[in-house]
Amino acid sequence: MISEVIPTLLHSVPVDDTWITFDVNSFTQNFWSSTFDGLTFGAIYALVALGYTLVYGVLNLINFAHSEVFITGCYGVFFTLSALNFGPSAPRLGFWAIVGNLILALVVAIIASALMAVIVERVAYKPLRQRKAPRLAFLITAIGVSFAIQYTIYWWRGPSPEAALTMFRPLAIFDVFGTIVDSQQVVIIVAAVILMIATDQFIRRSRTGRGIRAVAQDPDTATLMGVNKEKIIVTTFIIGGILAGAAALFYVMKIPSGVQYNGGFILGVKAFAAAVLGGIGNVRGALLGGLLIGLIGNYGQVLLGSSQWTDVVAFVVLVLVLIVRPEGVLGSSLGKSKA
Amino acid sequence: MYRKKVISAIAAAATLGMLVAGCANQTAPSGTETSGGGSRVNIPAISKVDVPAGAVLPAGDGKGTCPSTTTLAYAGAETGPNAQLGINIFNGIQLAINQHNAANPGCQVQFKKFDTEGDPNKATGPVTQIVSEPDIIGVVGLPFSGESKATGNIFEQKGLVHITPSATNPSLTKNGWTTFFRALGNDAVQGPAAAKFLTDKLQAKKVYLVQDDSDYGIGLGTTTSAALGSAMVGSDKVVTGQKDFSAVISKIMNSKADTVYYAGYYAEGAPFDQQLVAKGFTGSFVGPDGVKDDQFIKLAGDASSNAYFTCPCIPGELIPSFESEYKKLANAEPGTYSIEGYDAVTVLLSGIDKGKQSRADLLSWVKSYDADGLSKHYKWDSTGELATPDVYGYKVENGKIVPIGVIGK
Repeated sequence: MISEVIPTLLHSVPVDDTWITFDVNSFTQNFWSSTFDGLTFGAIYALVALGYTLVYGVLNLINFAHSEVFITGCYGVFFTLSALNFGPSAPRLGFWAIVGNLILALVVAIIASALMAVIVERVAYKPLRQRKAPRLAFLITAIGVSFAIQYTIYWWRGPSPEAALTMFRPLAIFDVFGTIVDSQQVVIIVAAVILMIATDQFIRRSRTGRGIRAVAQDPDTATLMGVNKEKIIVTTFIIGGILAGAAALFYVMKIPSGVQYNGGFILGVKAFAAAVLGGIGNVRGALLGGLLIGLIGNYGQVLLGSSQWTDVVAFVVLVLVLIVRPEGVLGSSLGKSKA
Repeated sequence: MYRKKVISAIAAAATLGMLVAGCANQTAPSGTETSGGGSRVNIPAISKVDVPAGAVLPAGDGKGTCPSTTTLAYAGAETGPNAQLGINIFNGIQLAINQHNAANPGCQVQFKKFDTEGDPNKATGPVTQIVSEPDIIGVVGLPFSGESKATGNIFEQKGLVHITPSATNPSLTKNGWTTFFRALGNDAVQGPAAAKFLTDKLQAKKVYLVQDDSDYGIGLGTTTSAALGSAMVGSDKVVTGQKDFSAVISKIMNSKADTVYYAGYYAEGAPFDQQLVAKGFTGSFVGPDGVKDDQFIKLAGDASSNAYFTCPCIPGELIPSFESEYKKLANAEPGTYSIEGYDAVTVLLSGIDKGKQSRADLLSWVKSYDADGLSKHYKWDSTGELATPDVYGYKVENGKIVPIGVIGK
């Protein structure tokens, strides 16, 4: 009873009649479903955020073209699955056939994204690095490359989104307080977390990972110690591309009609925000930041009663967190031992 | 160290595989997440509409004469996310102009198209260009409400008559514009008709209303929700360009709604319906004229079979003479508002044939116009609204949109 009365009271006292209302009732009703959807999106943001964080850690460069690396992967998924006769309706295929097709799409997306990441690095950043350009030049080039890729896709595919691609019909897996968690959400969250743990372990334990950390800490000393800096930089871009390609598959899985020339832009901004929120340059921070941005945006949307609020809430929280902790929640430290 | 990565990758793939398990082979919606909706009402399709006997046709009497510079224009979407709605219209216009020019050797009217992408922010440029070309004496457009609102003043200042074949926001005729005419019913007519259709014909008990952030969606959402009254169990807003509807969908599921009415365009409506059905919604999805297009079916796939549409548009495909000619020109069936575009430009063409060949003359011609077109009777009041427009219902049947008759006036 109480739980019904309180929301009603709160709801009847809106801050402003027409544009801002706190729908606590809807929030309590939809709490679990928005939690799982928020985590699903958060997992995707986190995978993309890793690409920003790794490149920043190594080069102190915000690779604004990373959202286009991601959308390239989405087109990879789109063309692969379209060629395999996937469409807006759920495919009538056996289980292993679907898994096989999705893995194929994943591989194509990873290759497409990694390739695009390497091209961006070669064309846009390497020449500047060799000429010792100031950091501002890198930033502008990054934005320029981002737009160049975006509008090349626009010119090629037109302004409309591609037809929806349904990969499989989500099936209820388990029930949390009356809210169904479906196979799609579980696949995305579990697979994304595994990929992030793998990345984290790779950077902590492998020889290449040590090289990445060394370059992040002090590029000149690392070079003196025999680390091939250029190779490490390319590797970092490739890892970012691989993760973006995987994120692309999950994104299209979650949003079947999301393949569009500018479809990566907002997602890229959010993933970047996630990286900053968690602590830019920090691999675990990207995971935490991604999940937080996903959750906060979804909660805000339900609480304030309209999708228009998702981004407002997510970014206001970002600003507030940065005021208190300018380094992000976990601090920025790819080079330091804790990463 | 590389082995670790490989192992993780395999683990990831295996998990992915494991979890898709059981999702495959599933062709029916999972019954776990149910909505209140049960049996869906079957409303049969209609196969013919009445055409006014004395309808004015573009050909006229074949004796029209006019200077070779006489130009009519279309302003509206040719590209953009909702381009198909514009393409339907200018193909209808093109057909009428072709028929007119073929029948009237002494009057070859030029036709120019200006692309607005359907975007209010982009529409002012092309419209400014139109009004500055003195040869253009009449315009059909703009198709959408937001862009019409943004450009009405530009037409007004230059006294250029323009007939919208499809913008339905009621407030458009309340700006005191004297050059704006609407060739169909507005949403003050469509909203209540839609509400009546939902509760009477579809027997909806719990309607969830979702509107987008366009002038059109907001206007239609307002008139529909007012008319729905207590049958509406909840409402929500989405934004143009939105791709993920999971939050709205969980609210709909929790409200146990049996029917969803979406006030907006197909670019968002199609993925919305697709995601709604994927989450196990079994009720009906009803959209207005902005959603009623074959693109909706193309984008939403099988999910679209639960869709109905309300539309102040006449099913042009059921008028055989129009349908066959349109098909020859556009290589496609007439779409939503093809016939309204055709009728609207016919009003202008008949004026030109009668010697109304300046902007001022053509404007006063439209003002005092009182005759039948193929789709309905055209006579405007002083604000530019038609007297008695019809609203039609449509549904998706075997992957095609078919009319189910008049649902309101």
